[in-house]
Amino acid sequence: MKIMNMVNAINDALDIKLAEDKSVIVYGEDVGVEGGVFRVTEGLQQKYGVERVFDSPLAESGIVGTAIGMAVAGMRPVVEMQFCGFVYPAFNQIISHAARMRNRSRGQLETPMVIRMPYGGGINALEHHSESMEAIFGHIPGLKVVAPSTPHDAKGMLISAIESNDTILFMEPKRIYRAIKQEVADGKFTIPLGKANVLAQGKDVTIVSFGAMIREVQKAMVMAKEAGISVELIDLRSIYPIDRETIAKSVRKTGRIITVTEGPKSFGLGAEISQIAIEEAFLHLEAPPARVSGFDVIVPLPKGEHHYMQDPYKIFYEIEKIVKY
Amino acid sequence: MFNEYNPIDNKVFQIIDDKGKVINKAMMPAVSDEKLLKAYKDMLFARTADLQIVSYQRQGRIYTYPPNYGQEAISGAVGAIIGDNDWLVPAFREMGAMLAKGVTLKELFLYFMGYEDGSKFQNAKKTLPISVPIASQLLHAAGIGYEIKYNKKDEVVFAFVGDGGTSEGDFHEAVNFAGVWKVPVVFIIQNNQYGISTPTRMQTASESLAIKAVAYGVKGIKVDGNDYFAMYKAVEESVKACKNGEGPVLIEAVTYRKGAHTTSDDPTKYRTKEEEQQWESKDPLRRLKLYLEAKKLWSEKEEEKIIPQYKEEVDRQFIEAENYGPYPKEDVFKYLYAEMPDDLKEQEKEYERFLQWKASKVK
Repeated sequence: MKIMNMVNAINDALDIKLAEDKSVIVYGEDVGVEGGVFRVTEGLQQKYGVERVFDSPLAESGIVGTAIGMAVAGMRPVVEMQFCGFVYPAFNQIISHAARMRNRSRGQLETPMVIRMPYGGGINALEHHSESMEAIFGHIPGLKVVAPSTPHDAKGMLISAIESNDTILFMEPKRIYRAIKQEVADGKFTIPLGKANVLAQGKDVTIVSFGAMIREVQKAMVMAKEAGISVELIDLRSIYPIDRETIAKSVRKTGRIITVTEGPKSFGLGAEISQIAIEEAFLHLEAPPARVSGFDVIVPLPKGEHHYMQDPYKIFYEIEKIVKY
Repeated sequence: MFNEYNPIDNKVFQIIDDKGKVINKAMMPAVSDEKLLKAYKDMLFARTADLQIVSYQRQGRIYTYPPNYGQEAISGAVGAIIGDNDWLVPAFREMGAMLAKGVTLKELFLYFMGYEDGSKFQNAKKTLPISVPIASQLLHAAGIGYEIKYNKKDEVVFAFVGDGGTSEGDFHEAVNFAGVWKVPVVFIIQNNQYGISTPTRMQTASESLAIKAVAYGVKGIKVDGNDYFAMYKAVEESVKACKNGEGPVLIEAVTYRKGAHTTSDDPTKYRTKEEEQQWESKDPLRRLKLYLEAKKLWSEKEEEKIIPQYKEEVDRQFIEAENYGPYPKEDVFKYLYAEMPDDLKEQEKEYERFLQWKASKVK
């Protein structure tokens, strides 16, 4: 066991896979010499050499497109998009090829690769550095999209992602890259992708969230507890595939569901999860599913960001409303 | 000039050397002493501001900032030539050119303090806001160039990108479109040797960035971007070519980013002190100053007198920006659409209800 933050844990997962599997390579903008702008890949180039861990030209489409080529040829590239907001030039490669290659070739070809990218707001960043665009990716058939909320999960999920034969979008909540430290098991372990994690048992209301928002929900739960409201908290961990059963089971018990996400509201994850609750637990619902999300706006620059971000009060506001419904 | 400095030959266009001595008299642009002095002062002001901003950032008074330090001659030359009717399409390291267009320091401060209002230019016309997604803005420049040609206007577009940006597909598409359309765009690559930590040699196998012009069938030139006169001449000739219908032009301005990529970056991770030292003698302000001093147009004494005035002006605008006030919640919603959709109006109202509820809880 070692005390690690999420940056350390992701680095550890990459280290383990680079050591045990020669087909794994790591590249992206500034990931080699510098070890990434968040230092997630620090030390890996020194350890594994420039052929396996390297800086690419500055071109997101180029990074993902070449990774697809490597993957169909049998390698397991783990590439980095420097920020979620910079992934858009790579959309064509992700959507038109990574997500389709297996289907297009009727199973002859596959693209076992991981696209890592820090996402989310709350760090006083410049424009395009604060987005949470999981819903866009979740909408693309052929992709898997996951996001850890703890160092432990980050390590186990990334190892699973690298070992998966699918293309995985691995979204890293940069706001809590260094904010949470915990004991993480040494050596290799995996956490299956597609399984949610029930972080707290409760009876009055189910909250489904993921990534950096989990911590905000936990703060809201302190307020809820004071108000005598018992919250069941589900950390989704995997956005697609989504763990319908865990959500359904919880809502059948509590009768109320709130989703807490960072992305814009419309056509977002909240709508999808609410629909699952309706389909799976309609007769158990005591109130309409509620959403705490961003507004349908561009994430404001730092001085306005507090209007946009989900704070514990926004979450508790919805908790109070849903139990009073 | 473009024939003589065909990028195929990989020559660097220079007019003064590291000591400020003219080494290419034939190409010396005709610039009045007065204009020259103004250009130097503008660059000095930009540098003073730039260094101040980095120190404000260290004090936690401004967020992430990308310094211009060491690259002032490029924006300086464009700033001296760009007209009110010409367009400026910046990336994010073009302070001098933005100020020349009428953007105020206060506006730049607001932007880097985290107010979108910093891009709501009060005086600067035909100036696009800072563009963060690398190289994406170059296509807009080609589109603006099309409008200029379409409406037969006597205007030029100046569009900026860094060395790293030349690896993005948008760079290639933009130069190609502009070339096919023969539109009046001056593309300026600020080759400051690094895309964050990645050196230019790892961005391309080409022997220069200017040579990419050849493949797209457009004029190109590699210029010593720390040589004010060479930059001025190259920009001047590019404008001439554009106005003759011989555009676009691709300028590679060779320079050195003396500062960090942004204030979040630590260059000691990827470059040596020796390398930084080597570039010191090529500093663009130093070279122009040596030239001006030799001509008795400027002195250390005058510089010592003027810098405190500049600092005061920078401080004044900075404090104005610091006192800009809270960010109204309406501003989160109101600029997305020409007319706000009903659903978004409802989101704003619900936010108002939440704030009232919160005010009742937090006493």
